[in-house]
Amino acid sequence: MTSGPVAVRPRVRSSRTRGSAAERDRLVGYAMVAPQVLGTIAFVVVPLVTVAWYSLHEWNVLAGTFTFSGTANYERMLADPGLRDALAASLWFSIGLVVLNVSLALLLAVLLDQRLPGTTTFRTFFFSPVVVSLVAWTIVWGFLLQDDGGINGFLAALGVDGPNWLRSGPTAMLAVIVVQVFKNVGLNMILFLAALQSVPEEVQEAARIDGAGAWRRFRSITLPLISPTVLLVSILTVVGSLEVFAQIDVLTGGGPGNSTTVLVYYLYQQAFRFNEFGYASAISVLLFVIVLALTLIQWRTRKRWVHDEV
Amino acid sequence: MRSDVSPAPVAGPATDDPPALAGPPPAVGDVPVARRRRRPRAVRGLLVALLVVLSVPFVFPTWWMATSSLKPMSEILRVPPTLWPQDVSWGAYADVFALQPFAQQYWNSLYIAVLVTAGTILVASLAGYAFARISFPGANVLFVLVLAGMLVPAEVTIVPLFRLVNTLGLIDTHWPLIVVPIFGAPSVLATFIMRQFFLGLPRELEEAGRMDGLSRWGIFWRIAFPLARPAVAAVAIFTFLKSWNLYLEPIVYLSSRENFTLPQALTQYVDAYGGPMWNVQLAATTLTVIPVLAVFLVAQRQFVQGLAHTGLKG
Repeated sequence: MTSGPVAVRPRVRSSRTRGSAAERDRLVGYAMVAPQVLGTIAFVVVPLVTVAWYSLHEWNVLAGTFTFSGTANYERMLADPGLRDALAASLWFSIGLVVLNVSLALLLAVLLDQRLPGTTTFRTFFFSPVVVSLVAWTIVWGFLLQDDGGINGFLAALGVDGPNWLRSGPTAMLAVIVVQVFKNVGLNMILFLAALQSVPEEVQEAARIDGAGAWRRFRSITLPLISPTVLLVSILTVVGSLEVFAQIDVLTGGGPGNSTTVLVYYLYQQAFRFNEFGYASAISVLLFVIVLALTLIQWRTRKRWVHDEV
Repeated sequence: MRSDVSPAPVAGPATDDPPALAGPPPAVGDVPVARRRRRPRAVRGLLVALLVVLSVPFVFPTWWMATSSLKPMSEILRVPPTLWPQDVSWGAYADVFALQPFAQQYWNSLYIAVLVTAGTILVASLAGYAFARISFPGANVLFVLVLAGMLVPAEVTIVPLFRLVNTLGLIDTHWPLIVVPIFGAPSVLATFIMRQFFLGLPRELEEAGRMDGLSRWGIFWRIAFPLARPAVAAVAIFTFLKSWNLYLEPIVYLSSRENFTLPQALTQYVDAYGGPMWNVQLAATTLTVIPVLAVFLVAQRQFVQGLAHTGLKG
């Protein structure tokens, strides 16, 4: 079957040990999963429970306070305009990211699916930022987006006076989104490419014979057939977008004002700038609930998608 | 075959052929000629031109980073910008090492990423194999428990983990950057991928080993694990990159420069007023990016397949 380097040394075993083989197998099973299971308990389950517990406390590391305060942190969340702004910023970021990322990924995938010359090279280009360190990528874009940076330099050479991208709210948010899109759109592009290549050629051919143009075929055949992938990719992109942190920290520091302070960045500020660990814990719980809800929606849609396919 | 876009992609049996999902599209020559009618020349030319334009934001930043790092300060912000430095200067590269213990920071990132990758491969393939192949009471419950790790973003548990690390006196050490990823949430995706792979491995291969008297450990080490190379490659690539790029955890846990990892160190090249020293920062960034890009260009296929999984996770 395989010519792999599988050297199998025969071993003789007594009938006594063979009797307990199933039991030994079970023990081996537990031993093999133990590191991962214990690790998950220690670094995921227990922290998750404790963060919920912390969220019920007034806990300031600097002041040295740690007192039970019931739902005070949650009441504070309801009244906190900073949190409201952070949720709004997260919402804008997620919407902008999903729309731009998914449509660009789809466009790139369709173009790469046309058997044009140089397709392999272009695929390498589009995918390459995925392997570049996020902070490195962000630093370079920060350099390009400076008021006196490369983009405005080229615009000036064309006689256009470019805005100070990172210093005004709307363009700063746009910049953070665009930087993230170019960084990771290659991944979604690959997923779409796989979906596009699974669309049966005969269906396309039949539509062609019926006189359907390229756009019509894309809209009426390709898009419906790959729509489950589009949905899946969109939800995964939203979930991923909630975790955006490094780009914000490096590019805008949450500013100008708090226009790019998304939920995770707000959490980080509360905990590690203002030492409000109790309040930060309550925000962590909120973040977890949002991610959980989105993931459950994803699972439901995936289930439906599998049924559609059969 | 319809492509299966679930996180099960390396589930193919252990041939050297990469699995179909998310792989690169077949080379142009592989396709039967009749498969697609050729578009008119003009249209094709237009589409290629579009691809060239679309490539700019993907390729230009890297070019701009590398060339700007070679420009003296007087040229780096010049209008109109120069695409190639007029007088090439390597001074920024000397400053990279003069201003920070950059070699040490480079080593920190490298050894942490290597340890995390090796540890994750070990933990994930053991757990993935047992979940796929061995039936023991409670296996399903434990598997669901482990999968829960995929639901929890790192940011959610950063406060309690910070407290744990602090209590253990491990702040400003590399321990949390090594141990938590190997055993905690980040390795769960790896376990999932390894399990999917082992589920797809023909049982007959193991039966043969059993007939020859191998124990369960023997079957794992001598038969299953060596056959899992494609899945291990995928896990290795995304685990290494994830550790190499880690940012939130280092800035939370580390405080002294000689302990910094690269992403954190890159942001520290600032002048007395907090403004970035662009040429030095870009030189350090270039040193961080180029080796990874070079490896990517060599092993592109494995990278694309390996990373397609992480895209699925989000």
